[in-house]
Amino acid sequence: MITSREKLTSYLILGPFALVLAFPFYWMLWTSFKTELDLYDINNVPFFFGHGSPTTKNYSFLFHETEYLTWVKNTAIVGVAVVAITLVLAVPAAYALARLSGRWGQSMGVGIFLTYLVPPTLLFLPLSYVISHFPVGGHAGLQDSLWSLVLVFPSFTVPFSTWLLMGFFKSIPRELEEAARVDGASRLRTLFQIVFPISLPGILTVIIFSFSLVVNDFVYALAFITTSDSKTISTGVFTELIRGDIFYWQALMAATLIPSIPLALLYNMFLDRFIAGFTGGAFR
Amino acid sequence: MATVAARGRTRRRRRNLLESRRFLATALIAPAVLFILVLVGGPLLLAMYLSLTDAVGGTLGGEWVGFDNFVNAWHDPNFRRALRNTLLFTIVSQAVVLLCAGLIAHALMRPIRGRWLLRFLIILPWAAPVPLSTIGWLWIYDSLFSVVNWTAKQLHLVDQFNPPQWLGDPTLALGAVISVHAWRIIPFAVVIFLAGLASIPSEVEDAAKVDGAVGLKKFWYVTLPLQLPIATVALLFGIVFTATDMTVVYILTQGGPFNSTQMLTSWAFFTGIRGGSLGEGAAVSLYLLPLLVVVAVLMLRFARKVEVT
Repeated sequence: MITSREKLTSYLILGPFALVLAFPFYWMLWTSFKTELDLYDINNVPFFFGHGSPTTKNYSFLFHETEYLTWVKNTAIVGVAVVAITLVLAVPAAYALARLSGRWGQSMGVGIFLTYLVPPTLLFLPLSYVISHFPVGGHAGLQDSLWSLVLVFPSFTVPFSTWLLMGFFKSIPRELEEAARVDGASRLRTLFQIVFPISLPGILTVIIFSFSLVVNDFVYALAFITTSDSKTISTGVFTELIRGDIFYWQALMAATLIPSIPLALLYNMFLDRFIAGFTGGAFR
Repeated sequence: MATVAARGRTRRRRRNLLESRRFLATALIAPAVLFILVLVGGPLLLAMYLSLTDAVGGTLGGEWVGFDNFVNAWHDPNFRRALRNTLLFTIVSQAVVLLCAGLIAHALMRPIRGRWLLRFLIILPWAAPVPLSTIGWLWIYDSLFSVVNWTAKQLHLVDQFNPPQWLGDPTLALGAVISVHAWRIIPFAVVIFLAGLASIPSEVEDAAKVDGAVGLKKFWYVTLPLQLPIATVALLFGIVFTATDMTVVYILTQGGPFNSTQMLTSWAFFTGIRGGSLGEGAAVSLYLLPLLVVVAVLMLRFARKVEVT
């Protein structure tokens, strides 16, 4: 049981922090419903609406007069493809490193993790050359194609996920697998029927992490994609809603809120399993 | 008949192969390793080669110049400032992150009403894509319509006619960049700390209670030592996320005013891509790598050592 004093301390700590951390989003929400006249009136109290606000015209501008929805769709496509590739490559590798290989597995795991540290600003100079000269399906190169991102993003999601999953697999009691093997199950069968089902929290952690790394990328998307209809939200919003000196502030704020809220709900919903995934593995 | 027997034999052999530990391990690891070698190893070597040439934008060829790029970069005051800023941003923001996240995680462990909502609000900055949420800060720090300045003016904390230019003043801009980095990494550290707190067995809590350890004493002698490995991991990722990130600086200040907020990553981008000196850009980027590797190896080793004891 916790005392009411402890409860009060919790609220006193969490209240102000939640306020500060979430304030930018409250401010985005407020701004996204304002009219031009209201936004740029210096004598206005910015916390109130006036001059025709609130209005939904900024949202209709975003949906109908920009390619925002295409960017959202592109981001989802790239995210799903990258997560799939990451799982296919990282799950077997992590399992093998954790269980099937001895001492060198550990060192190799650390080696793979270290590749995650190579900064994208270093890699993307040569990569952009490769991308623009890599002939594929009749095209001269992958430049301006979503596939360039699908190809390159796993270069940071795979090392990270392999490392995370390695720790996770190590935390599964060996006896479980041994029991299955004694019962005559093959190694692969043990893997699919025993190991993977128990590893779901770890795999979920990796899915969430990979997806968040994808939506957070800016450098690669900026360098590889220049055509409007192939952009993802991370660069589309920045490059097309800021035109020279003109900032479409209300639309920019709306564009930020729309993916952030569902993502935060999703993370919050899975947070407990996510935490189980982290404690289960990464640190053992 | 003979063919059936032969087929059976191959199937058995294939099965035996899959049962062999060494073969299976290699088969499972190979795809990931090959992928990493091609997409990280290859470009990394190419970047190292570029850093030793005078290659310019558009081509990958250039005259061999040895370590000239590294020497030139080192003597450039902008590079020095970028190096200093990278360290400054990383250290200050991570200090803030560890302190705040530790407090928040402890408070969040308690089963209180409205915990779900509080957790949602706290996690928001991490869930929002950085390239977008930084634009939100651009608006908050706006030169004319900054909500921070409006509030400060009402409270008579700042000059009514000459309020602080958060992104226009070199010193304030440093603070602005640090604030955004700390803001976006705090929720991540909170999650990792929660994971760490959840892994402390309840017997430890009970034993501490029996021994009369409460409040600060319990925190100092029981919770903190158990939290150290996980705090190290949170710190390691915080450092990597901050030091290798270019997005925040690129969107918030473009390295300005007068290159006062450049980091190594953004300076490499501006030199290599905007300025077209691929070779020198690669050299600037490469300065970051040994730093990161040393930090990572030290911290991974430390995390393991603490766990053993």
